[in-house]
Amino acid sequence: MSDPASALIDRCEAIVNDLDHTSVADWKRQSDGTERKAVGFLPVYVPREVIHAAGFLPVGVVGGGDALEIIRGDAYFQSYICHLPRSIIEMGLGGKLDALDGMIFPSTCDVIRNLSGMWQLLFPDKWAWYLDVPQNLSPRLGGRFYAHDLQLMAKELEGLGGLEVTPERLRGSIEVYDVHRGITEDVFALRREAPEKVPTWELYMLIRAGLILPVEDHSELMVEYLESASKRTAKRRDNPRVIVAGAFCEQPPMGLIRTLERAGCYIVEDDFSLGQRWLREPLRITDEDEPFGALAKAFLEHSAQGATRFHPDGEPKGEELVRQVRECEAEGVILASPSFCDPSLLDRPMITAALDREGIPWTGFKYAENTGQFQGIREQAGTFSDSIRLWSEAS
Amino acid sequence: MKDRSMELQKELISGHYDRLSRANDEGKPVVYTFVPGNLTELMLSFDALPVLPEINALQSGMRKKSGGFITAAEKAGHSEDVCSYVKCDLGMMEQGNIGPTGKALPKPDLLLLSYTGCFTFMKWFELLREKYDCPVAMLHVPYQSRGEITDDMREYVVKQLREEVIPKLEQVSGKKYDEDRLKELLGRSAQAEDDLVWVLESAKHKPSPIDGYFGGVYYIGPLFTAFRGTPEAVEYYRTLRSEVEQRIADGLGPITPEGELKDERYRIVVEGTPNWTHFREFWKMFADERAVAVASTYTKVGGLYDTGFRHDPTRPLESLAEYCLGCYTNLSLPARISLIEKYVNEYEAGGFLINSVKSCNSFSAGQLLILREIEKRTGVPGAFIESDLVDPRYFSPANIKNRLESYFQMIEQRRSGRPKSIANAGLEASP
Repeated sequence: MSDPASALIDRCEAIVNDLDHTSVADWKRQSDGTERKAVGFLPVYVPREVIHAAGFLPVGVVGGGDALEIIRGDAYFQSYICHLPRSIIEMGLGGKLDALDGMIFPSTCDVIRNLSGMWQLLFPDKWAWYLDVPQNLSPRLGGRFYAHDLQLMAKELEGLGGLEVTPERLRGSIEVYDVHRGITEDVFALRREAPEKVPTWELYMLIRAGLILPVEDHSELMVEYLESASKRTAKRRDNPRVIVAGAFCEQPPMGLIRTLERAGCYIVEDDFSLGQRWLREPLRITDEDEPFGALAKAFLEHSAQGATRFHPDGEPKGEELVRQVRECEAEGVILASPSFCDPSLLDRPMITAALDREGIPWTGFKYAENTGQFQGIREQAGTFSDSIRLWSEAS
Repeated sequence: MKDRSMELQKELISGHYDRLSRANDEGKPVVYTFVPGNLTELMLSFDALPVLPEINALQSGMRKKSGGFITAAEKAGHSEDVCSYVKCDLGMMEQGNIGPTGKALPKPDLLLLSYTGCFTFMKWFELLREKYDCPVAMLHVPYQSRGEITDDMREYVVKQLREEVIPKLEQVSGKKYDEDRLKELLGRSAQAEDDLVWVLESAKHKPSPIDGYFGGVYYIGPLFTAFRGTPEAVEYYRTLRSEVEQRIADGLGPITPEGELKDERYRIVVEGTPNWTHFREFWKMFADERAVAVASTYTKVGGLYDTGFRHDPTRPLESLAEYCLGCYTNLSLPARISLIEKYVNEYEAGGFLINSVKSCNSFSAGQLLILREIEKRTGVPGAFIESDLVDPRYFSPANIKNRLESYFQMIEQRRSGRPKSIANAGLEASP
């Protein structure tokens, strides 16, 4: 019997694996001969609403994964720099990002920050923008600064040939993304409730396609998937429920995600797509709200507690992950960090301390986007999965 | 025989650590902060004593203790991939936080997180906060991505100083903000800055009377952190300037670990952080070749004064904001390249060298492009070596010495007009 959800995932896979961004080039060409524009952005978080309101297609760029051979990119980075920037440079120099009319570099880490300057030098004809998201989380300080920074970015997009980002247009885009946020969470909720119906490798592919597709199309796609996947009748196995955390920027290869699942883990939450789920609440904007301020307020009040954002005084780091474990009824945590990723790796001792305080089992490893050998990870994840099962039975 | 400035420096640093060891007994607030974007004058205006974890780490490196501290931190769960300053500091803390004078450093009352040009700073203080359970004052310094300090950026930093940093300093010190006192301190900073810049620019002379990298970090720059704004810092830089003036008058080269460097042979500009675990050995590799670093970027991490900035007592908070925004590590990559190009030209350097350290992505990411751009723009040959800040496992003396010898040999061959293909042999080429 055919599985419509699988067919949808096949479509997503084709879009994601097309490193030349053909679908973006197709979207740009209009029937009247004119051309729309597309703007890329790097991980972790960029408010796509502003790009959307300018009439552009926001395109998330997360590297070439294990499908891209890095030759030129390696010549720009020492061995101790993570893999993502060399992959981005390789794609840029190889023409794989030609469909993009500009690129936004958010203030994720020092590497992406410096990559923004490299981009200016290597691609002087392409628009580039560094988005300094606030680390001071006071509404009067960081909030105002950020709202103003977003307004500057909107003006730049207008200068690039975009529509004027009026309050009405931006409010409209926020509403479109609110819908998208809601459906996204519905899909994640289904996985939480029935991980046997929503394998994580499928969910991952579905969400990754959302980095490239227009938001409206992606919302429709997710609705279709949701309807179809919820009707599946797969049998639930005796797999432990785990959360994968730390992989929010450079992405693991698909083989790694499949390996974790094959090793006997039900992944019930992850942060692979942290940027797309950065705002934890819908903005529910009204006609009276100033939309740039609303985006800033949402950033300050409803952001995920990611490693790239300052963790203010108060509860210790890692408590949000502990809450997630409880809410998802997870039995363990797999900490997966890209090699040489400062934000993820520097967070890890604080995260593990929080997990240890609560007696939550965890294991951890490092990867690169082009990791090709999974046997060690499979054994580690398999042992972890077995130990959870045994530990649970013993208790 | 030591110069007077060296004695002064020793007295000042020793006095500072003594004050730190008495801080708890005397009820002095202790503020941990970082070198780039340090608000020394503001802290001193509250009689707070600054502790700079980066300085503790580099001193541990020079005292050959960092390897053990790093191992301790890695055993506690820190990755081998991350900044060795952080691990060295955490390892040192776990082992009693003993400072260079053999006395324990006091715990912080406040972590003043001047988030200037380094993402790791933020994680570092998140980690320290978990250990010390004390508040963090976050000063977010926007990045100069477009190569300029805008009014909005300055205003944002000033507002944070007023509404975030000063109230927390008031809280931990029990004193009200005293702007007149701050102005007084800033006025003295500006005086010392004039002399500091004069000393740094003295390297334009031939022969250079100073080494602007090794000497720059060893005795020219260090006082610009915990002591800026004090009468002692003014005196130190005045003394140092007069000594350098005398060296120029006497036609002397720079001081090195092996004594005076005579017959300057190579003038180079250096980008990147030094290695601290083998600092003396590293310096000697240059001195043995009679190579002088006439300018460096690392000495601008704590403030970029030679492009004109001075602390300004008439605009105290605005001036502090501009200082933070202007530090070298807060510059965009194109701006860093322009500055290095200027140094190569103005200091008439014949070479450009990058010491790329594994620990520091803020510095290192993009350095291979910097190398290529500088070679293209100036025609001066570049070289690239790799080491680390304070992790001794990443300093390979034979490899680095071999690279440096090949590099200087190549410069020599170019001078003598030999073919480029031969001249390039053995050199770490740009991409």
